[in-house]
Amino acid sequence: MKELIALPLLSLVLVFQTAIFSRISLLSGYADLMLVALAAWALQEDVETSWHWAILGGALIGWTSSLPWFIPIIGYILMVALARLMVRRIWQAPILAIFVIVFLGTLIMHFLSILVLRLMGSPLNIADALSIITLPSLFLNLFLALPAYPIFRDLAVWIYDIEDVQ
Amino acid sequence: MKTTFSRSLQTTIIFLMVAGVLALALGGYFSSTSDFFGSSFISAQTWVSTRYLTVRDFFNAPNDIVSLQQRNAQLEAEISGLQTQVIQLQQQLTDTQVLAALVDFSQTSPESVYKAASVIGRDPSPFLHYIIINSGSSEGLRRGMPVVTNQGLIGRIDAVIANAARVQLITDPVSAVNIRLQNADTDAVLIGSLTGDLALEMISQDIEVQEGDVVLTSGLGGNYPPDLLIGQLFNLRTRDYELFQQASVQSTVDFSRLEIVLVIMNFKPIDVTPLNPEETP
Repeated sequence: MKELIALPLLSLVLVFQTAIFSRISLLSGYADLMLVALAAWALQEDVETSWHWAILGGALIGWTSSLPWFIPIIGYILMVALARLMVRRIWQAPILAIFVIVFLGTLIMHFLSILVLRLMGSPLNIADALSIITLPSLFLNLFLALPAYPIFRDLAVWIYDIEDVQ
Repeated sequence: MKTTFSRSLQTTIIFLMVAGVLALALGGYFSSTSDFFGSSFISAQTWVSTRYLTVRDFFNAPNDIVSLQQRNAQLEAEISGLQTQVIQLQQQLTDTQVLAALVDFSQTSPESVYKAASVIGRDPSPFLHYIIINSGSSEGLRRGMPVVTNQGLIGRIDAVIANAARVQLITDPVSAVNIRLQNADTDAVLIGSLTGDLALEMISQDIEVQEGDVVLTSGLGGNYPPDLLIGQLFNLRTRDYELFQQASVQSTVDFSRLEIVLVIMNFKPIDVTPLNPEETP
């Protein structure tokens, strides 16, 4: 039952994203709070609902944004897939893991956005997009990733009644 | 009896002597002597009074410090409250100034019907330049309606739900607005960019344009009403080997600080797509 916290929590993340974080820009890029939240959640070992969260978060962003609705859903699912792979097989250092996942997730989201917008006829210059949007966004996302992991660790401990050994 | 008489005589003599001395003193005959005694007396009184006040202050000072500290705390609390009020009033003043400017603007073009709305968010994707406003279809907003501020055009409504709408800004990379240059009396196309800069394209080479020319909507294409202010032309680039001149446009609107906007309610965009000639295979 506690898993239903995803609905109000991700809605709150969406509100913060559109009302605050989308207004704090570095060059032309800004932080993707939903991506950071989903990455931090997916990296919790005992969490089983990260796929659901990715679809819900992607749907909320797709509903709000003028981007095609499937881009955030696909992007977040790919990022969560990477995170789950990393949790199970590769990495045990959570802070490094979230940095890697946020880094790769941001690149996936932005490449998907650029690709689809170009296919839809938007005259995006890829070099400009990478330099003035993707790089600053990466920096801001990595900056947010640092406090995000412990916050979502506490949330996972509360939802799943697990013993917090970290 | 004799003793009583002698005492009365002594008393009478003493009173007479005192009265005589007083009479002489009041008559000014003892002035130097009275000045000496008077100044000595005043000096002594001043010295005693000063020492008394010093001693009294010494004992009363702690009470004063405590009362002053309390008073100081009260005044600081009052100052904090007043500063909060000042900030609130400044915010109200700013809002009032914005609204007054919008009212002034709406009065300059009374043929249009405006609906004011607050900007409550921006698009989550940094690749797109859209804002979200807090009015929607329940208040009569429809897709395609132009959105302005008192400083000029900002975009048009792209999507609407019951209580909110998404507005595509003219700075969006996909946005294209047909414009005319007021002084040169020529048409061109205004396009947005990733950085939010505005550029003019399709300015004919044989038209003489100058930096500072005012850019207005032309109304061509049916997406926007004519004569809405957009900005001023600058950074004109004319190359002989190109078909058209290019220029940048300095918008009159600060797109990063949009707070309240006006939707033009009585403008219906015209879909001219069916009139476009079909491509032959």
